[in-house]
Amino acid sequence: MNQMPEHPLERFLRMDRIPHIWCSGCGIGTAVTCFMKALDEAEIDPDKVVVVSGIGCTGRVAGYVKFDSFHTTHGRAVPFATGAKLANPELTVIVFSGDGDLFAIGGNHFIHAARRNVDIKVFCINNFIYGMTGGQVAPTTPLGARTSTSPYGCFEPPFNLPYLAESSGAVYVARWTPLHIRRLTHSMAEAITKKGFSFVEIVSPCPTVYSRYNRLGDGLDMIKYYRDNCRIENWADTKNVPMEMGSEIVVGKFVDIDKPTFLDYQRGQTDGK
Amino acid sequence: MSTILPLTGNESGAEVMRQIAPDVVAAYPITPQTELMHRFADYVADGKVPTELILVESEHSAMSACVGASAAGARVMTATSSQGMALMWEILYIAAALRLPIVMPLVNRSLSAPINIHCDHSDSMGARDTGWLQLYCENCQEIYDTGIQAMKIAENKDVLLPVMVCYDGFILSHTVERVELLEDHEVKGFIGEHIADHPLLDVDNPVTYGPLDLQDFYFEHKRQEAEAMRNAKPVVLQVAEEYEVLSGRKYGLFEEYFSKDAEYIMVCLGSAAGTAKAAVDELRAAGENVGLLKLRVFRPFPAEELVAALADAKRIAVMDRADGVNSIGGPVFSEIRAALYGRSSAKISNYIYGLGGRDIDIEMMKSVFQDMKDGKYAEEAFYLGVRE
Repeated sequence: MNQMPEHPLERFLRMDRIPHIWCSGCGIGTAVTCFMKALDEAEIDPDKVVVVSGIGCTGRVAGYVKFDSFHTTHGRAVPFATGAKLANPELTVIVFSGDGDLFAIGGNHFIHAARRNVDIKVFCINNFIYGMTGGQVAPTTPLGARTSTSPYGCFEPPFNLPYLAESSGAVYVARWTPLHIRRLTHSMAEAITKKGFSFVEIVSPCPTVYSRYNRLGDGLDMIKYYRDNCRIENWADTKNVPMEMGSEIVVGKFVDIDKPTFLDYQRGQTDGK
Repeated sequence: MSTILPLTGNESGAEVMRQIAPDVVAAYPITPQTELMHRFADYVADGKVPTELILVESEHSAMSACVGASAAGARVMTATSSQGMALMWEILYIAAALRLPIVMPLVNRSLSAPINIHCDHSDSMGARDTGWLQLYCENCQEIYDTGIQAMKIAENKDVLLPVMVCYDGFILSHTVERVELLEDHEVKGFIGEHIADHPLLDVDNPVTYGPLDLQDFYFEHKRQEAEAMRNAKPVVLQVAEEYEVLSGRKYGLFEEYFSKDAEYIMVCLGSAAGTAKAAVDELRAAGENVGLLKLRVFRPFPAEELVAALADAKRIAVMDRADGVNSIGGPVFSEIRAALYGRSSAKISNYIYGLGGRDIDIEMMKSVFQDMKDGKYAEEAFYLGVRE
């Protein structure tokens, strides 16, 4: 009997936890695949990788990947990751979490980790909504978008995440969608090897909640939407990349600069003392 | 005329909020509370309630916004569960100590870690000394009735403390039951108009909330808070009486289910009391002298009344859906044993059950009564339904 060959990415997954819980057409699975390929591309020793997630659909990533991983409480992925990195600076520390987790309940941690330039990598699935808890309005929900708690449309302006990340101090900022798998993979690899606080936003379909409330079709319809409406503009001014309902989505690598990290500064003060 | 509807626990909670129509609600999503707020958000969006609803960025912000709104003079509600309430922790104390009559349905869910979304009482029991009143519900009808009463208790001038209406996540929050509702005008008349005590918006009589209060007056303020909690007990009973006149449904500090003449009494709170009642029914039918005392009001703790109600028991088993992790036992057990100290010769044992949503069935309840009959006793808590 022919034995099925092992999937090349199985070594990065806890196969006993598969199948995963993500819905058909969701972008998280694609982003996780890109992440694993990026680790290959960046030639990182998997034993030196830590993945930290918060709560929500994306929060499940930490449970599926076969690295040292931590499924933290809601919003606290970034400070847990900061602790892990400072305890063992040799580690590559990845925060893989969602927009609600990172920018609502955990927003304060994000801006301060970026300001300090802690050498961690934040990969954010932005599906514009709290998916797992039933589709509530989030700080990323576009104006006018319907959610379970904004039935006639959101009236609060959303964050422009790349702009927030850059102005808070991130040294690497990019945005892609699950359509752009090669570019997303490459950006993740760059972020992983970059020294300093790096941020990759992955604009992602949520066919079960967000798309249903807003009549945007299934996962494939959203991928077609990205094909027709994404414009790649590397080095775009992050001020100019907000997203609106039905608007063009500017994607690309926006920021890639060098500056000392938190540990560089701290060691500068304490070395020799 | 009352309306009878099939409602889940969360829908009952949303009906309470619609009929109370608070001025301000601040909330953040957390399972299993979410559906309550979905439904309430619909009421707000459809103009069925005049409430200002703000969907904030965390529960810490939710309770903070509630405190701000309540101090300004508004009638205020929110709802949460588990980690959500854990994140409110700092502000829970502040709401109580500033004497702000906020009402919060708390959909009981276990606390992390490990993460679990199902029912136990570790969230509310952890908050038992925050200065909030805690009322526990057995079924969806009680969620509705207790929610309405809670607002009137909280706003009583002798109390002015926030109230948690605790009900079991998923077991009640997501279960449809028959719920009898009052008319909107009846609820409105029952709770009355909210007249705020020392509101910030009373510009002719300016006040400051929460300024530095050191060795000079802090102690006196805490002493007043303690007195308010003592005052709450007769107010809970008075409001229950008034509610019975309105609805025909009777409430008290606890419910005595065949316990008055029973030798073996179980003490339990929350939805498991329903299971315990079924066990009592079966054992009573078999001629056994068993009963249940269902605790409804945990804060203020009705010590005197419990001592009287449990005076003739030969054995008492206290059921805890939260572990104290203190090598002594669960929180309900600790309170009951302390209340009975020196005033009862009954042996009191403790059972920790149902953590993280672990099911408890009639047979398990019956086994607890059997243990009492068999004289099974230990100083430490028994764990019911766990793999050792």
